[in-house]
Amino acid sequence: MNNPKIKIQGLDLHIHKQHILKGINLEIPANKITVIIGPSGCGKTTLLKTINRLTDEYSGVKHSGSITIDGIEVLNTRNGLTEIRQKAGLLSQRPYPLPMSIFNNVAYGLKISGRKRKSALRPRVEHLLRMASLWEEVKDRLNDPAASLSIGQQQRLCLARGLAVNPDIILADEPTSALDPLSSQAIEQKFQELSGQYTIVMVTHILRQARRIADYVIFMYLGEVIEFGSAEEFFSNPKHEKTKAYLSGVFN
Amino acid sequence: MRFSKRKILDLLSAYWMYAGIALVVILFGFIGVVLFIKASPVFYEQSVSDILFSDDWKPLSGKFGMLAFIISSLYITLIAVAISAPVCLLAAIFLTQYADRRLLTLMQPVIDILAGLPSVIYGVWGIIVIVPFVSDVIAPAFGRETNGYTILSAGLVLAVMIIPFMLNIMIEVLRSVPTDLKEASLSLGATYWQTIKYVVVKKSFPGIASAIGLGVSRAFGETIAVLMVAGNVTRVPENVFQPGYPLPALIANNYGEMMSIPLYDSALMLAALVLFVVVIFFNLIARSSIIRLEKYS
Ligand SMILES: Nc1ncnc2c1ncn2[C@@H]1O[C@H](COP(=O)(O)OP(=O)(O)OP(=O)(O)O)[C@@H](O)[C@H]1O
Ligand SMILES: [Mg+2]
Repeated sequence: MNNPKIKIQGLDLHIHKQHILKGINLEIPANKITVIIGPSGCGKTTLLKTINRLTDEYSGVKHSGSITIDGIEVLNTRNGLTEIRQKAGLLSQRPYPLPMSIFNNVAYGLKISGRKRKSALRPRVEHLLRMASLWEEVKDRLNDPAASLSIGQQQRLCLARGLAVNPDIILADEPTSALDPLSSQAIEQKFQELSGQYTIVMVTHILRQARRIADYVIFMYLGEVIEFGSAEEFFSNPKHEKTKAYLSGVFN
Repeated sequence: MRFSKRKILDLLSAYWMYAGIALVVILFGFIGVVLFIKASPVFYEQSVSDILFSDDWKPLSGKFGMLAFIISSLYITLIAVAISAPVCLLAAIFLTQYADRRLLTLMQPVIDILAGLPSVIYGVWGIIVIVPFVSDVIAPAFGRETNGYTILSAGLVLAVMIIPFMLNIMIEVLRSVPTDLKEASLSLGATYWQTIKYVVVKKSFPGIASAIGLGVSRAFGETIAVLMVAGNVTRVPENVFQPGYPLPALIANNYGEMMSIPLYDSALMLAALVLFVVVIFFNLIARSSIIRLEKYS
């Protein structure tokens, strides 16, 4: 693959001597949807959080190897944590609206990095809420607490909030698992629309969802990447025994 | 047979529960009513505003202005909370957000023990440590002279006393902020400190406010420790280096003595009623602020 967006080489991660990620090598292509599947506890979330360095916040974490985004090292560097995290935003399993208004949730990332003047915030927030297909539903209640939204709306708000800081990469950890079918569908559709401009790495437990939206698929098992390939090939012609077993539902 | 027996047991236990709740409520109302009835004779002699806002305390001539006591209590409470609230907040932030988890595990029993110490011990400690410290160090630094039995000493002792109490609540509150919420903020590029300021503390604000409210009501009603170091002079204090005479100390020192003075016990009952109302007021504020603010965050 030429010019991967994210390149992971020899990544090992231990938490308190427990070997969680084992010798991961991956090249994640730009502006595509790459889906990570694998049984519970195999390290999917940890891998996502390593890419934007959230694992730094855990106690007892040790990592080795390298991760680059656009050829720039992000794992073994001491500076620019803010830039790294804004470049690769995380959408979590359940929406966690910040304890503030709908408007301020979206404006939060812009405000903390001091990038926008007050007057410029409002049109930007509107634009972002439109991108997340939320504007029509919230335009009259922008100052209400974000917690007053439904779960599905909250997840779209979290998406808008993440897009606000101009990421290139969206790391999504089972972003639809807490949502009703319609809200899930809305998020999936959004991802497909966004995949032209964003590199999306998404964890899911729902194989049908992976089939619907994946361009590339990663299968992980016990901290290792077992198989990686284009969705077409992955689903029609899996190479590894474990992948075959997983796809036929033996693990679930 | 068995079914009906279980049903009876169910009913019985439900009744017990209601009875328990009713008992608490009745007891509570009973205290208020008794205090009010006992205090009422003094209302016939003096207007309420005279009692609350006059500093003329001459029981022998039937003058019961309680301003000196009320001001003393407010002053001491204010000092205690102004010192303990920020200390507790910073300590709670440190222990829950920065320190190794083992430190918190280590500190928890220490804090519990401190919170459970009888207040007379804090009083003795105040006499041994705080009173001389105020008279020898703090007062001279401000060009004042005092024997150390002052409003300031009482405020300091009280601050130390309510710290473990408030700290416990704040730790609980801050600890309950989900990690995922912090990660959401960090993922947006916020620094750890920004996350604490704008997300963790904000999310915990109702809890923090109620911890402070409960601290205030605790401080306002504290009797023994304060009585031992406040000096107990009936005069409206002009600054913190003068002695004060807080309401609970007034009641504890005088009830049962000098009861031959007409209306004296009514006046003390009124002091108790004021105390009762203020403490309940702050408790209610603290609790309702949890409910109201929680909806907002
Ligand atoms: N903060 C942590 N401290 C210690 N161990 C952790 C921590 N986070 C994750 N682990 C361990 O790392 C392993 C991988 O966890 P991870 O959450 O990445 O799995 P996952 O593939 O996302 O699982 P799921 O599908 O259930 O979300 C697990 O064994 C888990 O117990
Ligand atoms: Mg996970």
